[in-house]
Amino acid sequence: MRIVCGPYIGQSYKGGSSRVDQFLQTLKDAVAIGSLYALIALGYTMVYGILKFINFAHSDVVVLGAWISLLTANKVLQLAGGEHAAPWVGPVVLVVAMLACGAISFTIERLAYKPLRKAPRLNVLITAIGVSLFLQNTGQLSAVFGTSPKSIPPLLGDKAVFSIGNVNVSLVDVVGVGTAVVLMVVLEWLVFHTKLGRAMRAVSYDTRNAALMGVPVDRVISFTFVAGAMLAAAGGFLWALRYVAIKQPADTSWTLLGLKAFVAAVVGGIGNVRGAMLGGLAIGLLEMFGSAYLSSDLRDVYVFGLLIIVLLVRPSGLLGKAIVEKV
Amino acid sequence: MSSLSQSTARLSPGFAKATLGGLWPVALGLTLAACLQVFIKPHVDAYYALIALNIGVNIVLAVSLNIVNGFTGQFSIGHAGFLAVGGYAAGAVTYYGSIRLFGSADVHGGLLSGMPMDTEGLAFLGAGDALFLVALIVGGLVAALAGLLVGLPSLRLRGDYLAIVTLGFGEIVRVLLQQTGTLIKRSVGSETAEQFAQRVRDTPWWQLPKSVGGALGFTDLPKYTSLFWVYALVAVMLIVAFRLKESSYGRAFLSIREDEIAAESMGVNTTRYKVWAFVISAFFAGLAGGLFAHQLGTSLSPVNAGFQKSFDVIIMVVLGGLGSISGATLAAIILTIIPEWLRGVELQTSTIFVLIGLVLLVVGFVKALKARAIAKKTGIEDRAARRRRIMPVIGILLISQTFFRGHLPASLQATINLGEYRMILYALILIVMMIARPKGLFGVRELWNIGPWAKKARVARQNSGGIVPTQGGVA
Repeated sequence: MRIVCGPYIGQSYKGGSSRVDQFLQTLKDAVAIGSLYALIALGYTMVYGILKFINFAHSDVVVLGAWISLLTANKVLQLAGGEHAAPWVGPVVLVVAMLACGAISFTIERLAYKPLRKAPRLNVLITAIGVSLFLQNTGQLSAVFGTSPKSIPPLLGDKAVFSIGNVNVSLVDVVGVGTAVVLMVVLEWLVFHTKLGRAMRAVSYDTRNAALMGVPVDRVISFTFVAGAMLAAAGGFLWALRYVAIKQPADTSWTLLGLKAFVAAVVGGIGNVRGAMLGGLAIGLLEMFGSAYLSSDLRDVYVFGLLIIVLLVRPSGLLGKAIVEKV
Repeated sequence: MSSLSQSTARLSPGFAKATLGGLWPVALGLTLAACLQVFIKPHVDAYYALIALNIGVNIVLAVSLNIVNGFTGQFSIGHAGFLAVGGYAAGAVTYYGSIRLFGSADVHGGLLSGMPMDTEGLAFLGAGDALFLVALIVGGLVAALAGLLVGLPSLRLRGDYLAIVTLGFGEIVRVLLQQTGTLIKRSVGSETAEQFAQRVRDTPWWQLPKSVGGALGFTDLPKYTSLFWVYALVAVMLIVAFRLKESSYGRAFLSIREDEIAAESMGVNTTRYKVWAFVISAFFAGLAGGLFAHQLGTSLSPVNAGFQKSFDVIIMVVLGGLGSISGATLAAIILTIIPEWLRGVELQTSTIFVLIGLVLLVVGFVKALKARAIAKKTGIEDRAARRRRIMPVIGILLISQTFFRGHLPASLQATINLGEYRMILYALILIVMMIARPKGLFGVRELWNIGPWAKKARVARQNSGGIVPTQGGVA
């Protein structure tokens, strides 16, 4: 039996040390964390597709999602008065977090990014760093979230739903991956099968021409930000469910999470929605298998190594050229 | 062809003259730094001397980052990674070198590295100072090598990708430094200093760099960093930066910044110059890291390679002006002093609201007046301007709350320590700067190119054939 600590590997092995079990366990963890990365990567990729800049503040929206989930969960449980969470609490918390993050992201976009529509991209990048610093340090204030880690109350319980071999798949895994998949399917439908999605793709393809064709560009950009932020909030919520202890907003592990999601977006082909999903999964697999079979200390190094290799060998990413339509 | 080379040869000064002419500012800088240490340091409070050290190190960091971010327009956000690499390399040299050579990791310096006056056999510089200089240069070179490693992927990367790679680099440095082995220390009680030194001498030298403290940080370094060393490096840094900016390299850097494609089509090897910019910048960051490592009151640890430190430097560069050496220097000075000053300042929340209200009022008023002037001139009323009229109204509301502050909820009456809000303030400055004045305070210009005397200077420079900064802004 081997217990791995740290924020990245939640479950320890449930006993049995056969190679198959270890493989399955690693695979399960990889899929779980990969779907989270994918969810967060979507926000990066959508904003990049439209505005061509890296939204550095995206990882801080994930943090906001996690912390708002925590506060909401506490409040709801306090109001409901029960020891154990009813099944409806989880979805309520998720929706509240998504709406709150959507609203915050809308405000940020209007105040900080919109005045810079015509500015050089580097200026927007610096602004994004400023926004990120602002969110981190405001969140750190004792009046907001404080500097000590807190735990989210158990919303799902530690039940195993089914097991493959000796590896238990718990409710958290199922809900996490399930929610991520549902949200990604919704986004896929939104982008490729609705009028709004077509507007997004048009703006991404050529902003000026889209505006001439009557696409309300500013509104579409705002919507893109909000959609990305909602996915990030869901990512934060699922992260909180999975790893329970939520670190303070300026903790480097959050920035790392955001960076890895960004790497996922780049690996999949930035600006490409399906690529982000694929990239997320790829990063999850690399990180988990790397830390299980090579060395768990260097898992961040693998991810950035992959980033550099991808940028050198195939800068457009895995799906960068396969799909021309970009969002 | 030959007549051209002859005429250029006639124009260029001889080698000896050029070398001497080039070196006198360095000599002057070193002399000034030495005077600072010898004559001024003894009469200054230790606290202010420490701030002066911090200022110097930050100037070197900001100006060196300016070479990449300001001159070349490549956005590096992993500068602290170079600082840490240089600091650790220099630290390993002084710590283990000191033990091997002198038997202990104490300072074996002279007057200029801060030894007290009554030390026996005191010289200006001791044997330890030679070691320290070697260590600094080793640190700079190792950091430059790291800069080469980061610069090479920049062959294929533009702006924001490069930013991510540099950020990733800083993180990788942090993770790798955390994996290093524990420091080889004297086990007090069971070992004499002599035995310990012998143990270090017996360890093969190539095994020593692995033991630099791990996650606990590199402690027990000899504290060589003095005002002399810091300001000597500041002098060298500033001279190199100014000359670089005016050299063919600097012009190539600036051309890449303004328009990479245009620069390439004019025959500038953009890749080569980008890598050079990284290497030079990293070299000086590594030197600054060496100073930082051996400074009193700092502890070198893997955290120093993290984002926070990098962001501190970026803010200095952005605030001072991307491409302005004097601007970055000034910003480094101001941004080192402000946190110290803010630490003691306590404000009531309502006072802060009043301040924000005043800013809104003034800005809103000025903007409204401008819009009115334009409307009168052109006859077109700006609808955005009409909407902006809300700004002074909110300002007045924010100011007027102070009259009712006795009735406000307790959370609004609290007193806050501004030192805690330093980073929030920085972040807001960064955002507002990018919207209101994206070039930074000085843009690409130097202090003396701004103001009434600027035109005269520009004409003089034009006649002498120097470059004329005409355009600011980052591309």
